[in-house]
Amino acid sequence: MKELLSGNEAVARGAFEAGVHFASAYPGTPSTEILENVAKYKEIHSQWSVNEKTALETAIGASFGGMRAIVAMKHVGLNVAADPLFSVGYIGAKGGLVIVTADDPGMHSSQNEQDNRNYARAAKIPMLEPSDSQEAKDFTKIAFTISEEFDTPVLLRLTTRISHSKSIVQFNDREVVPIKGYEKDIRKNLILPAHARLLHKKVEERFKKLKELSNDFKYNFIEYKDKKVGIITSGISYQYAKEAMPDASFLKISLSWPLPEELIREFAKNVQVIYIVEENDPFLETEIKAMGIDVVGKELIPEVGELNPYIVKVSLGVIQPYTPKQIETKATPRPPALCPGCPHTSVFYAINKNKLIATGDIGCYTLGALPPLSAMDTCVDMGASITNALGLEYALKKAGDNRKIVAVIGDSTFYHSGVTGIIDMIYNGSKGTVIILDNSITAMTGHQDNPGTGRTLMGDEAPIVDIENLVRGLGVKHVKVVDTYNLEEVMQTVKEESERDELSVIIARRPCMLLPEMKKKKFDKYEVDETKCTGCQMCVKIGCPAISFDKNKKKANINYDLCVGCSLCYQVCKFDAIKKV
Amino acid sequence: MENKRVIIAGVGGQGILLASDLLSDALMKAGFDVKKSEVHGMSQRGGDVVSHIVFGEKVYSPLISFNEADVILAFEKIESLRNIDFLKDDGIMIINSTSILPLPVAAGLMDYPEDPIGEVKKFVKNTYVVDAEKIAKELGNRKVMNVVLLGFLAKNLKDIEKRYWEESLKERLPEKIFEVNLQAFNRGYNLE
Repeated sequence: MKELLSGNEAVARGAFEAGVHFASAYPGTPSTEILENVAKYKEIHSQWSVNEKTALETAIGASFGGMRAIVAMKHVGLNVAADPLFSVGYIGAKGGLVIVTADDPGMHSSQNEQDNRNYARAAKIPMLEPSDSQEAKDFTKIAFTISEEFDTPVLLRLTTRISHSKSIVQFNDREVVPIKGYEKDIRKNLILPAHARLLHKKVEERFKKLKELSNDFKYNFIEYKDKKVGIITSGISYQYAKEAMPDASFLKISLSWPLPEELIREFAKNVQVIYIVEENDPFLETEIKAMGIDVVGKELIPEVGELNPYIVKVSLGVIQPYTPKQIETKATPRPPALCPGCPHTSVFYAINKNKLIATGDIGCYTLGALPPLSAMDTCVDMGASITNALGLEYALKKAGDNRKIVAVIGDSTFYHSGVTGIIDMIYNGSKGTVIILDNSITAMTGHQDNPGTGRTLMGDEAPIVDIENLVRGLGVKHVKVVDTYNLEEVMQTVKEESERDELSVIIARRPCMLLPEMKKKKFDKYEVDETKCTGCQMCVKIGCPAISFDKNKKKANINYDLCVGCSLCYQVCKFDAIKKV
Repeated sequence: MENKRVIIAGVGGQGILLASDLLSDALMKAGFDVKKSEVHGMSQRGGDVVSHIVFGEKVYSPLISFNEADVILAFEKIESLRNIDFLKDDGIMIINSTSILPLPVAAGLMDYPEDPIGEVKKFVKNTYVVDAEKIAKELGNRKVMNVVLLGFLAKNLKDIEKRYWEESLKERLPEKIFEVNLQAFNRGYNLE
């Protein structure tokens, strides 16, 4: 049987066929669908963890118990999980352990374009790079074999174009893999300095063996054609380079750490010029140059941004740059926006009106930074809103600046790494305000459950970790819960709490409008009474995509199809010009 | 045959990804190697969405370059302009005559382009305009707009026998909406 699968679906299928027992992840584009699809196989216990570090640690626990375990995350997630990553690099894997990192060249939905191949080198663990969905499935299975044979975690590195492009995949049956069971072994599993010194030696020995494997690995292969030009490449770049120079000779690298040095030397002997085609960092290039082999790489191929066949062709001089028709510039940009009826809108409106400094965080609500709301000053990484606010509070105080700061963070991000930040605030005497935007789901990545939703990834009921009780229990004295569709309450609470000379938390609560149960609810839509509309544009300033302003008529208009009846525009209108349909 | 390339472009919520899945399924059933690329994430919040589909005997890149697409199917007028540089000189541009205002336009900060279809026609001889929204409304389900457009694309692609399209509709859609989607497909297919 064959099917068109995305790279993410193919990894899930590979995990199933490899007999995997345990899977964990924290959602993050472009990796999210891996676990969503693994969860469809009831043979595998799958779970959302609260962050990437706990996801990896949980998978390591399952591997201690002799299970085959897979853990998936986006590239920046591996930064969060880097601590256990380096440790488990020493410890190894009793049950096969595969760590999937989905990098995002081009930053389609990310804050940086870090190249996680560097993690394989730094942590001294093997890495596989598939170049289509079939390889994504096959390499997932091979990764488990390598993991158990060499007693090492294995990194499976995808990129957005692998994760989110579909190609044809041949299916196989699930391998039945027994669970090996747990045995105490502190010299391996407990990395005291005394144990780790021995383990480090083992890691270096393991690395030598992995180098041999890489030379013999059948997916590291040479295709000789015209020997004047040789291309060394890996991952999706292989596809682009094949399209750019179909008649060149190729060395395709699939096990790209450790590199197949002998194979590379053989290839170099047989071709006249070598081009390295790789996205982002000169990872292959640096290593191959260090072997003393002359190659051309980043002089031609850009380091910034995602590659595509066009860029590769132009960079290698296969074609001349294309001259655009110059009418595409007339296409009005279509920036993403908070949805009509988004429960976060009123909070950003209140931040804007109160002229507060808002340290922000990662989620849909980062869009609150865009005009007309323009209500966010910073965004660094998951959880940073709270701790950035703490540091900034101190800096403003020292400078005699009395502007007020609020930290703005979503529910899932709060569970991910906001809780420790609040503890930091309490411990270090902050007088700041944290607004937790609780829309009862992990929305940005497409509605995944989290500890606040009462459901697990596998669809079972779960206890709810109540944010209000949590922050009160930590010691926050002033905790207010507001309904974000009540604009007056939101405006007043944000004003009061930001002015308060003590630490406070506002839980701004209302479920995401895109949740199926919310979509089913009946609601009244609103419309503009043109006889009363003065064209003041107050309603336009809430940034609702359903509201438009007719410059000629000087009247606002509400798109009937898009309106979800949140009534914010009705609440801001001073002229009674907005009414229920 | 040489590989063929199709771009489906539109706005989040218009059913672009389903349409490109249906196309890819039908191509696979017809025996082609197929690769399809799509955009996720931020674009789901009202941004533009684009899917590239490449098929033939052997496909390498799932991405299409400038001046390579045989057909572009634009679900919204501005999106035909945005993607025009990807179309081959003799390529086909199919434009759905719907306008969806980008937020800067709705907010009165920018203007909707004056005559996107006219602009495209200046460069693309084979431009077809379809009022798929009207047809979908006639069928009583506005959501089938994407399948009306897919039907029109199917007629212009000529590479896939009609039965493969029907099979892929049947497999991918819930039973209760299959019939209306099949009607939508046929309405698009039979357009002049």
